Amino acid sequence: MSDGVAAVSKFLTWSVVDGPGNRFVLFLQGCNYRCVTCHNPHTIGVCSDCGTCVAVCPSGALSRTSRKVVHDPGVCIACDSCLAACPTRANPMVRRMTVEDVLVLLRRNAPFLNGLTVSGGEATLQLDFLIDLFTAIRAAPELAHLTLFIDSNGHLPVDGWRRVLALTDGVMLDIKAFDADRHRRLTGVDNDLSLASARLLATVGKLHELRFLLIPGETDRPEEIAALAALARELGPQTRLRLNAFQQHGVRGPAAGWPKMPRDGLEAAAVALRAAGIAEVAVPSVWLP
Amino acid sequence: MTETLSQLRRIAQNPTLSFKQKAHALAVEAENMLPYVLLDAETRAALDTRVICDMYEGHAPYKPRYVLPDYEVVLRNGSEHLELPKPETLDEAISTLQIAYHHVPSVTGMPVFIGHLDALLLPFCNGVSDDDLYRKIKLFWRYIDRVLPDAFLHADIGPTDNRVARTILRVDAELKQVAPNLTFLYDPEVSGEAMLRLCTDNIIACSKPHIANHPVHREVFDEPGYAIVSCYNALPLRGGAATLARVNLKKVAEASTSEADFLEVQLPRYVNLNARLMRARLDYLFRQSGFFDGNFLVEEGWIDKDRFTAMFGIFAMAEAVNHLQDLAGRPGRYGHDAAANAIGHRISERLADLVAHEPMEHVWRGVAMLHAQAGLSSDAGTTPGVRIPYGSEPDPVSHVQALLPHHQHYLSGVSEILTLDETVRANPEAVFQLAKGALQLGFREFTANVAGNDLVRVTGFMIRLSDVKLYNAAKGSRVNTTALGAEAADTVHILARKPRVVGLELMAGSSV
Repeated sequence: MSDGVAAVSKFLTWSVVDGPGNRFVLFLQGCNYRCVTCHNPHTIGVCSDCGTCVAVCPSGALSRTSRKVVHDPGVCIACDSCLAACPTRANPMVRRMTVEDVLVLLRRNAPFLNGLTVSGGEATLQLDFLIDLFTAIRAAPELAHLTLFIDSNGHLPVDGWRRVLALTDGVMLDIKAFDADRHRRLTGVDNDLSLASARLLATVGKLHELRFLLIPGETDRPEEIAALAALARELGPQTRLRLNAFQQHGVRGPAAGWPKMPRDGLEAAAVALRAAGIAEVAVPSVWLP
Repeated sequence: MTETLSQLRRIAQNPTLSFKQKAHALAVEAENMLPYVLLDAETRAALDTRVICDMYEGHAPYKPRYVLPDYEVVLRNGSEHLELPKPETLDEAISTLQIAYHHVPSVTGMPVFIGHLDALLLPFCNGVSDDDLYRKIKLFWRYIDRVLPDAFLHADIGPTDNRVARTILRVDAELKQVAPNLTFLYDPEVSGEAMLRLCTDNIIACSKPHIANHPVHREVFDEPGYAIVSCYNALPLRGGAATLARVNLKKVAEASTSEADFLEVQLPRYVNLNARLMRARLDYLFRQSGFFDGNFLVEEGWIDKDRFTAMFGIFAMAEAVNHLQDLAGRPGRYGHDAAANAIGHRISERLADLVAHEPMEHVWRGVAMLHAQAGLSSDAGTTPGVRIPYGSEPDPVSHVQALLPHHQHYLSGVSEILTLDETVRANPEAVFQLAKGALQLGFREFTANVAGNDLVRVTGFMIRLSDVKLYNAAKGSRVNTTALGAEAADTVHILARKPRVVGLELMAGSSV
């Protein structure tokens, strides 16, 4: 059992890009990957209450009480100065939410929702909370129409998945790279768990979508696309792929200077994947200028 | 007189107006050379400072603002005055309607309502193949847009799921025309979710139709019911609205010292002054203009003199609430802050009560109907109706939740335009769920624009962005409302409205 509380970076009552229909999205704080290309790096770390952010807050929304950094949302002007100053890629605006807090929000917005997607950070890092939350939703008749999805990097052992999958309608799984060295370089972690998760989820029919971020010169290389096609074929003809394009937006560190993924390159990859027999390859519906 | 003459000359010589558009503008100017209907000094002063506003309807109201004929009468009986026999076939029925439209007055000079088209045409469709129906509706639709090119012109369909409604939705998505504007009257008990999904898919294609909450509207009106017309006004069928005057809530707030002063002193005062303005205009229309005397529309039963309401409009709720928040030293803004939103809800509740206690002669049921007015293209620094200011709207779900408590009070219409970003194209289920949720919770009407559509709403009417560009390049437009959209785009920055659209309404003297 969890202590019934999660660290929540943010929640949305309207999202059309996190699964089928309109989804309530809960972004949990903290990640076990250290992706250099992360576009939400402030969701990676967990606050150590060091107080660096308090000094840069222009509105007085952040303060220190004894050992803790405290955030007052009523005063916050959402300038994100604290995020830029944080040495641990954490976020002092993270709120602690109980299962009941989330249920209240879901009930209030239920008529507008097709489902809930728990994302991150890495959602499965707070697996006990996830299980408690999904169990409570399944027990609530007024929320019976909601489908429950997890957006994950797949860095969870089989035993972990087994605890939550019976409660879960689908998982959107990110594969960051196929080449082992490249994966370590891009994420700081091995990809064996992630690939095993893809196979497990497909086997039990819970893999809603396999997602792959195309990064120029890295994951758009022919050998990466070929490996993606091979995995998708292995997982079965119903496998749905979604290609995303690397953008600099939000990225910190050296990768902020990397070129963004061009549209023609992404579409060429989609063509190659379809030619390799993958029936459903989704590409971005909107391209930023 | 010199100024009037030069204004007339500017209209006569305007290279961007067609001759018909000039004739209409010249007629408006001519009416305004007459003395204004008789007002007491206090009402006159409030009008001059535009705390209350007559929508520039004209000095001498000689026709009702909106006329909603019961077209079933002419389809059932033909017309003696127009020497029309009773139609027997679908072609004859459509032809009869096309003729009828030319005899329906309104403030725009074009009809704002062209009928509950599926209910009107279904009886003529027996034996008509799907393909024939499609081709005839397509010709009809093209006729409407080319001959009556005004975006305030409004067709209603629903609440049943039927082949005429489906064909109209198919043609509308295919042609993507400005006219007619279109509302589906949705009743979950009758329409079915498949029909709602068809409507939301059409919204993704062309930002139409508007979806009205039929059970909520139906209980407001008696037989023979109501229609949604013009910029989403709900009005009695076989009647309409005699007049519309509105209160600028921002200016009322600026005259107040606190929320209590606003609610208890200033608002009652200006509601009363606006009611006096409306009474004076109603008196002229009903007792002096002669509109209803010897009018074949009345004699043949297309309209009934006793079924015209008066619309009591308000606008700039957002600015009023924010000003009251400033007076109280609170930072929360309308649309985003629970306390600010609650002030807005209290204002709407108070308005409904005040308007219900301002009796008016001549009008349907003896009192005006409250209306969240969608703006004039010349408004600056104010937000239409109870809407959240352009560019600062929260996400669509929070947006609906923030405005929901207002809706019960605005019996003659409250339109909000939700802007959906382009990503919803890949996820139409989300738009369906949003509409379903909003209607289920009691939203009176659901209206959305999808970013990237050429056809967008300016306040309540439709324009094509490509027409605005052409108009601004001084090439003119064959569509009446483009000029309003262009003016609104420049004056009110409606195109800044987040991803998409416009939210303003009309040109002084011409329309909604």
